[in-house]
Amino acid sequence: MAGRLTLYIFLAPVLLWLFLLIVLPHLDLFFISFQAENDMGDMVWSLSNYQAFFTEKIYWLTFLRTAMYAILTTILTFIITFPIAFYITKVLSLKVSGFFTILLLVPFWVSELVRIYGWMILLRESGVFNHYLMELGLIDKPIEMLYNDISMIMGLVYTSMLFMVVPLISSLEGLDDSLIEAAYDLGASKLVIIRDIVIPYIMPGITSGSIVVFMLTLGNYLTPNLMGGKNSLWFTEQIYNQFIASFNWNQGAAFGFLLLVLSTLIIWIGLRVTRQNLSRALS
Amino acid sequence: MIRSLPSGKTYRYGYITYVSLFYIFLFSPLIVTCILAFNDSIFPGLPWEGFTLDWFFADEEHRTGVFFDDRNLNAIWVSLQTAVSVSLLSLVLGTMAAFLFEQEQFRFKQPLFFLALTPLVIPGVILGISLLLASNSAGLYFEEKLGIDLEILRPSFGLVVLGQMSFISTFVMLVVSARLKKFDTSLEEAALNLGATRPEVIRYITIPYLKPALIGAGSVAFLMSFENFNTTLFLVGSDTTLPISLYLQVRDGSTPLINAISFLLIFTTSILALINLLLSRKKSD
Repeated sequence: MAGRLTLYIFLAPVLLWLFLLIVLPHLDLFFISFQAENDMGDMVWSLSNYQAFFTEKIYWLTFLRTAMYAILTTILTFIITFPIAFYITKVLSLKVSGFFTILLLVPFWVSELVRIYGWMILLRESGVFNHYLMELGLIDKPIEMLYNDISMIMGLVYTSMLFMVVPLISSLEGLDDSLIEAAYDLGASKLVIIRDIVIPYIMPGITSGSIVVFMLTLGNYLTPNLMGGKNSLWFTEQIYNQFIASFNWNQGAAFGFLLLVLSTLIIWIGLRVTRQNLSRALS
Repeated sequence: MIRSLPSGKTYRYGYITYVSLFYIFLFSPLIVTCILAFNDSIFPGLPWEGFTLDWFFADEEHRTGVFFDDRNLNAIWVSLQTAVSVSLLSLVLGTMAAFLFEQEQFRFKQPLFFLALTPLVIPGVILGISLLLASNSAGLYFEEKLGIDLEILRPSFGLVVLGQMSFISTFVMLVVSARLKKFDTSLEEAALNLGATRPEVIRYITIPYLKPALIGAGSVAFLMSFENFNTTLFLVGSDTTLPISLYLQVRDGSTPLINAISFLLIFTTSILALINLLLSRKKSD
């Protein structure tokens, strides 16, 4: 009897949490996205929010761009951080590798806004880089390095690196050095060792890192808004505009639902391709 | 290739260069932000006009330091309150969820566990807007059908806490579950055999064992909440949190005041990271 009681004590708050804060709000999002005001000003069931998405070029183009750039960011983040994770776990002597790992984490304890602000000070027209380039006589007048797609992608990669490097380091730590030594003794080249031994072994780490990086990039608002240019609209900005600027919550709900479908779909494909499941990838 | 194998000179130095460049890339924005907090100029940039502490302590009309700027002090206070509430609530809820999924058996356990994981893969913006919509719908319902006006259902402090809690609890659950998995249940069984009740076992055996995970999860939950932007953006009322307030200031043009706040944030979090490092060192010895 007592056993049942503790079950309910644990179950009740968890059910309240998941149903009131997760399930119900998302159902509401779904239903509201299928409603719109008719000519009389009444709320009716309608597909017009989704129609607007497919007919207005700016909406679906932004959607595609966001998806493509989020995938690109995920790939770039992996390419940049993999050598670092490998160096820390396999090349650096064990005495200092702990220190370098902590050093890697410190910037990410600081708010994303502060990190982006730092890049803005460095890159903008009156920024630190331009000051030094002028001082050195390399350029005559300052160039605007901020507000374009390249700086935006760089900012997104910078922001997401931690979520890739931590799972990579923890899966590389599990890889026995003797496997690499054996391959080396048998004459395998570096490239073959990386491709046939290291990468397959750390695949779970790559998957979980990629899922988190992709999801965070797709849902990012700060970086595209502050570092991207006027033409580099991010889909979250469209959602924000509908909610805060146009006050068209139904249209915003439709956009939100589309973004949710996209992120779920790509994560699902990622898990399928690498034969992982969500609970293993997250823990 | 690895530390036990020989490698060529070019490879070795090339690799060292790459790693050094990476660390410079990692730290340059933070270091520059910190240095410029002490520049005696009304604009956060170079040239260097001399050292000053004005951006921390000045109290003049055109030059207000952080410690005299009501807007930012208020935002910091709101963020601290939010972070304390969210981390405490998530700690309780996440730990209960960890106990539920690790130690209890019931029908539909797997689907429910899957549902509990989803907040971590739903973009924060979506969590924010769906909670905003649902609370608005609920507010309208209560007002029309029952004639009561519930303050918590409008964008407000309470709604921000609920929104952040909805995904930070999942994070706490994962951290606590990981430690609970390694727990030797025979300790609990022994206590039960000796006549302890289930709440007593949890209070005196399991919780002390979980303490390191609880402290770790609690501090990360605090930081996650303190820094949250995406979910908070849609739920915030008139009392803005620090990230939102900073965002509005950065967007409208910046002053070294923002550098000073950033410096304080970087400094505090680095100290916390250091303490965390020393504590984990002690544990592993």
